[in-house]
Amino acid sequence: MLLEVAAIETFYGPSQALFGVDLNVREGEAVALMGRNGMGKTTTIRSIMGLAPARMGSITFAGKSIAGRPAFRIARLGLGLVPEGRRCFRNLTVRENLVAAARPGRWTVAGVHDLFPRLAEREGQYADTLSGGEQQMLAIGRALMTNPRLLILDEATEGLAPVIRRDIWSAIRTLKQEGQSILVVDKTMAELLPVADRCVVLEKGRSVWHGTPTELTTTLQDRYLGV
Amino acid sequence: MNRETLTSAALVLLLLGIPLAAMATGHNFYVTLASRMAILALAAVGLNIALGLGGLVSFGHAAFFGIGGYAAGVLAWHAMMLQPFPLGLPGTKLMPVIWLVAMLAAGIVAAFIGAISIRTSGVYFIMITLAFAQMIYYFAISFPSYGGEDGLSISLRNAFPGVNTLDPFTFFLICYLLLLAGLFLFFRLRDSRFGAALQAARQNETRLAAVGVSPFGIRLAAFVISAMVTALAGALYADLNRFVAPSMLSWHMSGELIVLIILGGTGRLAGPVAGAIVFVLFEHWLGGITERWQLYLGLVLLGVVLFARGGVVGLLAGKARHG
Repeated sequence: MLLEVAAIETFYGPSQALFGVDLNVREGEAVALMGRNGMGKTTTIRSIMGLAPARMGSITFAGKSIAGRPAFRIARLGLGLVPEGRRCFRNLTVRENLVAAARPGRWTVAGVHDLFPRLAEREGQYADTLSGGEQQMLAIGRALMTNPRLLILDEATEGLAPVIRRDIWSAIRTLKQEGQSILVVDKTMAELLPVADRCVVLEKGRSVWHGTPTELTTTLQDRYLGV
Repeated sequence: MNRETLTSAALVLLLLGIPLAAMATGHNFYVTLASRMAILALAAVGLNIALGLGGLVSFGHAAFFGIGGYAAGVLAWHAMMLQPFPLGLPGTKLMPVIWLVAMLAAGIVAAFIGAISIRTSGVYFIMITLAFAQMIYYFAISFPSYGGEDGLSISLRNAFPGVNTLDPFTFFLICYLLLLAGLFLFFRLRDSRFGAALQAARQNETRLAAVGVSPFGIRLAAFVISAMVTALAGALYADLNRFVAPSMLSWHMSGELIVLIILGGTGRLAGPVAGAIVFVLFEHWLGGITERWQLYLGLVLLGVVLFARGGVVGLLAGKARHG
């Protein structure tokens, strides 16, 4: 098992946001983390990354307990995060954004340019001069530059134009085919379900359903996801 | 070649041109003035790594400038007095050895100061760096063996193998070449992964941590490198004046280094060079007319902060980098 999250509980000050989330990702697998807005998807991801440390439960990555470690050490173990809302380093150029995150491995600046040719064209531009879609590509590229064993995508296509969304999903499918382990949060069911090997549904800070996309019936989608 | 590169090259060549023109016109004093410009520029290049790239507004860089100066003075004093250090270590008048000692000493002190101060930010960081620098300043003035409040004289300028350092132009060239090395280091750092991560830390620490880079580690490394470059300039400054005074360690000096960077252009490659040229010329020319030359410098600084935030380089080369 690459990532094992067991019964984590996370708080923001006195407010409890997660009440017991279980989640596993195997090597080479794509797992979709689903749920309506405010159910704890982003908090789960922040807890895994050490950005909102869990007070209870355990998080194990590649056999090592990562709970309580600083975020940069967790990322160095091989977790690459594409945060919600893109969040590139706007005071850096496209190339500098990629280089700042670089760690040795398969992914290089040239590799990211192959995946997202638009970034090659915009190499010398500052991140805040890019379109939303290009910033999202840059955020994914930056996460890949860390050469992660597990890529975590938090709402990677939210708020993007359909044509850009298509490009991003195409890139995600390519990554999946290449064997990249992925944990993905997204609301676009039509694109998400074909990519995912398994799904985990969160409701009110708890993981309430685990299964394959084919098992996720319309009734369940209606009940948990409101779609 | 873009406008920024051209401006940088022009400023660096202008600095070289000052002593050449001075010698051609028989105004040899300006050679020494140019050496002062090169040394202050080098000190500011050091600070520019921490402040310009990392956003670390150190108000205590005089500590490192002074440590460099005292390394030169103390090593030379022991060599001249034929008085070894404890454990029988001899003093030296060899510049390369002095530079190395100056940089190592400043690096060690900076690692200690940085390990504490970099955990804070904003006004707290400014105050902690100032406090440490003032502690070192008061330590120097209360240490009579090395001159205390009176400072320490270096009766004969330290030596560099194969050249006559007593010749003002030769000494200028040493300072100038070290400045070029400092600028090269800044350029390489800025364009490296280290430089990108350092600038990213300035914008968002959490985001940087999420890609596996320790914001604390990268800032500490930048602070130490920055201190070492400033210390090298301090060692040269002691040799220029043949005198080390506690004033090299005072908060006025830290302020001057920040002023140089703001005048020249924060985070710009040639910003410290432009700042040092403007500052020294102001000090020399206006200082000859009025004792209150700093009032006018203050007005210029105000103008730069309000209307030309990219400093001299910004005016010449256009828009500053983001950040």
